[in-house]
Amino acid sequence: MSELKAIRVAYGEALASLGEENEKVVVLDADLAHATMTATFGSKFPERFFNAGIAEANMVDMSAGLSTMGYIPFCSTFAIFGAGRAYEQVRNGVAYPNFNVKLGMTHSGITLGEDGGSHQAIEDMALMRVIPGMTVVVPCDANETRRAVKAVADMKGPAYLRLARLPSPVFEEDMPFEIGKANVLKEGTEAVVFACGIMVATALECAKRLESEGISITVVNMHTIKPIDQDCILKYASGCNHVITVEEHSTIGGLGDAVGEVLLNNKCNVSFKKIGVEDRFGQSGKPEDLLEEYGLSEKQVYNQIKGVLNR
Amino acid sequence: MMDIDELKKICREIRKDIINMTADAASGHPGGSLSAVELMAGLFYTQMKVDPENPDMEDRDRFVLSKGHAAPCYYAVLGEMGFFDKAEFKNFRQLHSILQGHPDAKKVPGIDASTGSLGQGISIAVGMALGAKAQKKDIKVYALLGDGELQEGQVWEACMAAANYHLDNLTIIIDNNGLQIDGANDQVMSLGDLSYKFKAFGFQVLELPDGNNLEEVLAAYSISTMEGKPKCILAHTVKGKGISFMENQVGWHGKAPNEEERQQALKELEA
Repeated sequence: MSELKAIRVAYGEALASLGEENEKVVVLDADLAHATMTATFGSKFPERFFNAGIAEANMVDMSAGLSTMGYIPFCSTFAIFGAGRAYEQVRNGVAYPNFNVKLGMTHSGITLGEDGGSHQAIEDMALMRVIPGMTVVVPCDANETRRAVKAVADMKGPAYLRLARLPSPVFEEDMPFEIGKANVLKEGTEAVVFACGIMVATALECAKRLESEGISITVVNMHTIKPIDQDCILKYASGCNHVITVEEHSTIGGLGDAVGEVLLNNKCNVSFKKIGVEDRFGQSGKPEDLLEEYGLSEKQVYNQIKGVLNR
Repeated sequence: MMDIDELKKICREIRKDIINMTADAASGHPGGSLSAVELMAGLFYTQMKVDPENPDMEDRDRFVLSKGHAAPCYYAVLGEMGFFDKAEFKNFRQLHSILQGHPDAKKVPGIDASTGSLGQGISIAVGMALGAKAQKKDIKVYALLGDGELQEGQVWEACMAAANYHLDNLTIIIDNNGLQIDGANDQVMSLGDLSYKFKAFGFQVLELPDGNNLEEVLAAYSISTMEGKPKCILAHTVKGKGISFMENQVGWHGKAPNEEERQQALKELEA
């Protein structure tokens, strides 16, 4: 995992190549096209790119209208605005009628960095996950982003893509991608870690380090938060004593709770630990400093896993 | 085109349907449904390219009821036209009914957008008009809005977009009955000079002194759109129109008639 590439950059490229394959794909943005990278699509297909201006509510509902005319709209802005400000438009305009709109929301989580807590969406997965019929996908790297864009375009109905801002490691091996089917990256015996987004690479690095110390854990890339891969969770939870989740999101309502619900509903007798942002807002800072401040640096995640294992 | 006297009769039937639907359900919004009867019936019966036998017909015109609480009027129009069996009226607002309290596009033949949350319908209509233009199709898109609804900021986002994209295939109709739940518009939140506002946002504006006058309504619909401009029909209407004790009464926004009131209302409509 040497190459670094931003997930949002891969998103822009994926849209552009999807635009070539499918003339029904249209893209909307709210004056952030050069940040969300939808401009990559816009410069290639100007007639299928609509800048809604700084008006997210209208953008989301315009997407709803476009979908009724046979288009597959990809609608983008920062996650804080797309999932937050336009929440009710997503809920009532898009999801309630089950329209075929794809919400590609970038700059999610605290690694948005310097713009600060006002712009850092730490609750978007929770907001989107509770909407009936909404698919929620969090790609872990640039390659998975390309596959995820294709996959949500191929499915019918609304989908939310959570896309990080910063350059992040690209996995050397191309992973398969199927919505709702988790990817097991490493098999182990003592614990299972479910991670999503940019925390997948962190979790895998921790696992390698633990392996070198003789501690064997499973790492799962839980790229789809909804529908959650229940079979995978139960299979690996039953094979060990400890379940750990890692996400760059509030520990309330996101990946951790999605996994926790499955464990509780199935009476799994395991220890359970959620690692994420602990019920507080983000703040300005360099992304790496923020990860440290919020307990999500590689070292901190490693220490937390070790703590759970009591080793 | 349909004979105007015939259409007036249909409007009377639609008013009866509205009264019966809300009375049967013992809930719903008669006031803002009654004010919109001529605007909606005039549109569906004389303007729109739609086919009740084939509600999903390609290249049909589109209508979005942005003021979704006027669903009884919408259902009455669609039912009278034959989009679904009028027997459904009895199920309005009941469990498992296709006729939800507010329009549900998943359930009702002929309905293309789910509305009810104010301010959203006009944006959906803008998206439809944009889509029609992008495909270079001769599809007209209409949205009916309430006046109180214009207090939603999203409406003006949508208006800005409609002018920006030169959506001359879009007509928005304002059912300007002057009342909203908490009182007169001016008591709650003044709307100011609406004609001026829509003009300033880039619309071709047609103001109707009496939006419950069918002749006026049809004349406004027949005026063709200026090239490159979306059209706004600002129709002054009477909330509760046609029922003496409901007219201009704010209390009838979201209250259903009881049995006695139903009979009284139906009697007035028969007269």
